[in-house]
Amino acid sequence: MSVGIISYGAYVPKYRIKIEDIARVWGDDADILKSGLMVNEKAVPDVDEDAATIAVEAARAAVSRSGIDAQRIGAVYTGSESHPYAVKPTSTIVAEATGTTPVLTAADFEFACKAGTAAVQACMGLVSSGMIDLGMAIGADVSQGAPGDALEYTAAAGGVAYIIGNKESELVAVIEDTYSFTTDTPDFWRREGMPYPEHGGRFTGEPGYFKHVTGAAKGLMDKLGTKPEDYDYAVFHQPNGKFPVRVSKKLGFSREQIEPGLVVPRLGNTYSGSCMMGIAATLDQAKPGDRIFATAFGSGAGGDAFSITVTDRIEEIRNNAATVEELLANPIYIDYARYAKHKGKIKVA
Amino acid sequence: MSVPRFWRKQIARYNLVGTRCKKCNEYFYPPRNMCPGCRREGEIEDFKFTGKGEVITFTVIHTAAEGFENQTPYVLGIIKLNEGPSLTSQIICEPEEVKIGMKVKPVFRKLGQAGERGMIYYGTKFVPDLC
Ligand SMILES: [Zn+2]
Repeated sequence: MSVGIISYGAYVPKYRIKIEDIARVWGDDADILKSGLMVNEKAVPDVDEDAATIAVEAARAAVSRSGIDAQRIGAVYTGSESHPYAVKPTSTIVAEATGTTPVLTAADFEFACKAGTAAVQACMGLVSSGMIDLGMAIGADVSQGAPGDALEYTAAAGGVAYIIGNKESELVAVIEDTYSFTTDTPDFWRREGMPYPEHGGRFTGEPGYFKHVTGAAKGLMDKLGTKPEDYDYAVFHQPNGKFPVRVSKKLGFSREQIEPGLVVPRLGNTYSGSCMMGIAATLDQAKPGDRIFATAFGSGAGGDAFSITVTDRIEEIRNNAATVEELLANPIYIDYARYAKHKGKIKVA
Repeated sequence: MSVPRFWRKQIARYNLVGTRCKKCNEYFYPPRNMCPGCRREGEIEDFKFTGKGEVITFTVIHTAAEGFENQTPYVLGIIKLNEGPSLTSQIICEPEEVKIGMKVKPVFRKLGQAGERGMIYYGTKFVPDLC
């Protein structure tokens, strides 16, 4: 029996800061950064937004896009590396605010940038086994980079929710299979109580991102007997623009295949939302029958690969919620001072 | 606000759940258990508001109450929901953007927090409804 996506919803805060405005504060060369990172601007949360409010907005968009009864959702899992509480789940807030309570299981997931896709896999298992009717998996973050750290140029805010089900008539995309590749790799971490993450620096790209994305992607294609040219679109985790472009080339995907899902130049890295946002942007324009190959990456480290085929139903529900393109359009640009206020970098009394 | 006091009102704040009198079709937010018009004859039931409405009046806050210091300047307004009831809420937009009669829709935001250690309060605020 098939399992897959019956709806999806995305959310991006309306504020952006340009790389130039961050570079000016630290005396860095904006042009070198922009061409190196392939990021021009990043999304910044409002002063009253956090990973929970972003998860709720994405989840509500997913519920209203499909028009399902939220009470059918039997699991809510929110993946994030910026859960507002250290202890107290984000997922209960999401469940209450989407009207799925009280008969459901809920938990928060953590796996750096791939916590959301790990939640998708858990929902696939629960739905396939018949334990639940529908499951909701969310990736949402308001990521922080320490002031002056390289991560500050890309760490952004946004979230995406997927509702997973297995009723043929409800599926907008069938997930044919998923494959994960995981090892213990210290490329990025944040200790309890610390406001900003630490990372192993530039050299961690190879043993972290590239090894695990390639491991998961090749593993899935080998398992399914598919090749890059069997897919219409491809999405890879987007910590910057450079990594997904390089890994897609290495795997044999073309620039045309990744372009629709490559949202990072105008959005920044939304961490748990990153690959899921790329898939959402691709679903926003894919046609029935199109195939999408996607691989998320989480530091620590692991890759989750998915092979997806879009169904006829996509056309019926696509326009019932904001597209990623609509969420990226008409942002409000803010300067570094206001950005610092939004991110709580300035403490007022 | 105490944790139990907020929690009792949580559903109403999260999802704009109020009540409606089936007898006279009056809507109440915050929820009422008794219809002031029909009294004992009233038939009260829960009602989830869409949250669509318009701005009746507003003020721009420059000197905020404790806990809201880093949000200034912000807009506080009275919103009349399409179903009838009015409520006071923060309207999230630039101060120069807000107008009387402006259409609004609900969003889920942080309402405040009890310091660094306490509970974070979430609920409904409003943004301009452009579509
Ligand atoms: Zn009445």
